[in-house]
Amino acid sequence: MAVLVLAEHNNASLNDATAKTVAAAQKFGGDIDVLVAGHNAGAAAAEAAKLAGVRKVLHADAEVFGHLLAESVEALVVPLMSGYDAFFAPATTNGKNIAPRVAAKLDVMQLSDITDVIDASTFERPIYAGNAIMTVKSADAKKVVTVRGTAFTAAGDGGSAAVETVAAPAGPFKSAFVGEEVAASDRPELASAKRVVSGGRALASEEQFKQYILPLADKLGAAVGASRAAVDAGYAPNDYQVGQTGKVVAPELYVAVGISGAIQHLAGMKDSKIIVAINKDEEAPIFQIADFGLVGDLFQVVPELTSKL
Amino acid sequence: MKVLVPVKRVIDYNVRPRVKPDQTGVDLANVKMAMNPFDEISVEEAVRMKEKGIASEIVIVSIGPAQAQETIRVGLAMGGDRGILVQTDDAVEPLAVAKILKAIVDAEQPGLVIAGKQAIDDDSNQTGQMLAALLDWPQGTFASAVEKDGDALKVTREVDGGLQTVKLETPAVVTTDLRLNEPRFASLPNIMKARKKPIDTKSPADYGVDTTPRLSVVKVTEPKKREAGEKVADVDTLIAKLKAAGAI
Ligand SMILES: Cc1cc2nc3c(=O)[nH]c(=O)nc-3n(C[C@H](O)[C@H](O)[C@H](O)COP(=O)(O)OP(=O)(O)OC[C@H]3O[C@@H](n4cnc5c(N)ncnc54)[C@H](O)[C@@H]3O)c2cc1C
Ligand SMILES: Nc1ncnc2c1ncn2[C@@H]1O[C@H](COP(=O)(O)O)[C@@H](O)[C@H]1O
Repeated sequence: MAVLVLAEHNNASLNDATAKTVAAAQKFGGDIDVLVAGHNAGAAAAEAAKLAGVRKVLHADAEVFGHLLAESVEALVVPLMSGYDAFFAPATTNGKNIAPRVAAKLDVMQLSDITDVIDASTFERPIYAGNAIMTVKSADAKKVVTVRGTAFTAAGDGGSAAVETVAAPAGPFKSAFVGEEVAASDRPELASAKRVVSGGRALASEEQFKQYILPLADKLGAAVGASRAAVDAGYAPNDYQVGQTGKVVAPELYVAVGISGAIQHLAGMKDSKIIVAINKDEEAPIFQIADFGLVGDLFQVVPELTSKL
Repeated sequence: MKVLVPVKRVIDYNVRPRVKPDQTGVDLANVKMAMNPFDEISVEEAVRMKEKGIASEIVIVSIGPAQAQETIRVGLAMGGDRGILVQTDDAVEPLAVAKILKAIVDAEQPGLVIAGKQAIDDDSNQTGQMLAALLDWPQGTFASAVEKDGDALKVTREVDGGLQTVKLETPAVVTTDLRLNEPRFASLPNIMKARKKPIDTKSPADYGVDTTPRLSVVKVTEPKKREAGEKVADVDTLIAKLKAAGAI
């Protein structure tokens, strides 16, 4: 058996989601090759070659892969799949964008956001915002899977796989990159941070979100998250959203500030090791899953907590 | 430009899903059902495009049981022009949904399909991308803005690092994210009017699509329950507890 893993990277370095996807592929079994599609992505390919358990790295370098648009990556992956039994992509926005196109072209049903590999055709995945866990068996000859990073421990280093160049497919493609708005930040990345502080609707403005949430996060060395309500209202950027339809996180410490605990939010954070909730409503559902709940006004509690840490 | 909007009938997002004791699935008997929230956003976007003169006709499609007709009616009340119900009582997986939608696209020739990014029951996040692949069309997934740019579409996408803008040739598939718009509520007169709008009823076989599932459910179980925690009296206690737990 052989698995092709799609690498998540920014050309310069490999994202943690890749090593976690490799870990899921190891559980599936067989030879593991990692595909690094990018532009000037030699450094990311070299990093992938060091992952433990990787047989080889396939490196496709072309301008068209600079932003991993689904149309060109599909054209790259589908012909390669004649040599593989499975395609594993991280359940990042790139993986979610690309993998279903590959699945459709291979005429197989994708298994989205898997949290466990039971055997070579059986997988576990959450459905209904994580309110049910489904064990599901695929009858398709090839498996196409996206992997929930928080459910797997990243594969380690120590490998020395060969890097092979693969040619980019000929275009033209019907989509083109126009631009991006990506905020640079010194804070840890939300999806893989050890600590996360998230703010909700109660912050009431972008200014107060910054004024109350950011200093606490910085004191804890934490990434910053938000509820959908806070993002919709413009208090925090869209990529901060934690939940069923945002990012899934499972840090060692998750601090929910002024968040009620709707099932859609819980879906993205309830596997955190320790959950702290700060909310002025003692009946807020978030307290039902919090290890430590503090009933109080965040505008008093948060500054006090920040100064005493 | 004709716009096709696929809408799925799902559990209402306010309902807490319950796993059946026999572990075969989630109990949907007597549970409130509604249009998938992302699909409301899709319908709204299509209606706004029609109001701006970009869309000429909006066709609402649902694949599901007879009651999915009510879901289509909601879309018609919001401003859709006509509906297609592909009626089946079987569970239809995203791949088969995409194949049925492809057949409908082949027949209807829309310039744009606007789907939701994710159905909140199966949480698959696949159908739009699969449809785009089957049609060899470009896709703008997780859209927070859609703009006409000559014959092309400019789509701003919610991605892990922030926002990305792509330009798509048309015809294209767009999937909607939460920030694209705020769906309207259908007014009573529009609900009345929607009752007279036509809905075609078809079957998967009419489109020659085999909907036999590729995945079989082994079991559906409850997630691990978290232990009930404790309330702490003040910030000092919270800090002491976190230290004792090794969290800080
Ligand atoms: C299709 C769909 C997808 C969704 N996906 C997501 C998702 O991915 N992530 C997500 O988070 N949500 C998601 N939601 C939204 C979700 O249902 C809730 O609406 C949202 O999580 C609520 O955000 P909130 O807790 O910040 O706001 P609210 O529910 O309004 O809660 C605010 C809380 O702040 C407390 N509060 C107010 N003032 C203070 C104060 N001064 N001090 C302390 N506490 C205070 C209140 O007691 C309340 O509990 C989704 C919804 C839908 C329909
Ligand atoms: N049975 C269905 N009928 C109509 N549209 C559907 C159906 N299933 C999925 N869709 C569309 O595909 C989107 C994504 O669904 P999914 O891939 O299942 O998460 C939904 O938001 C709908 O727009």
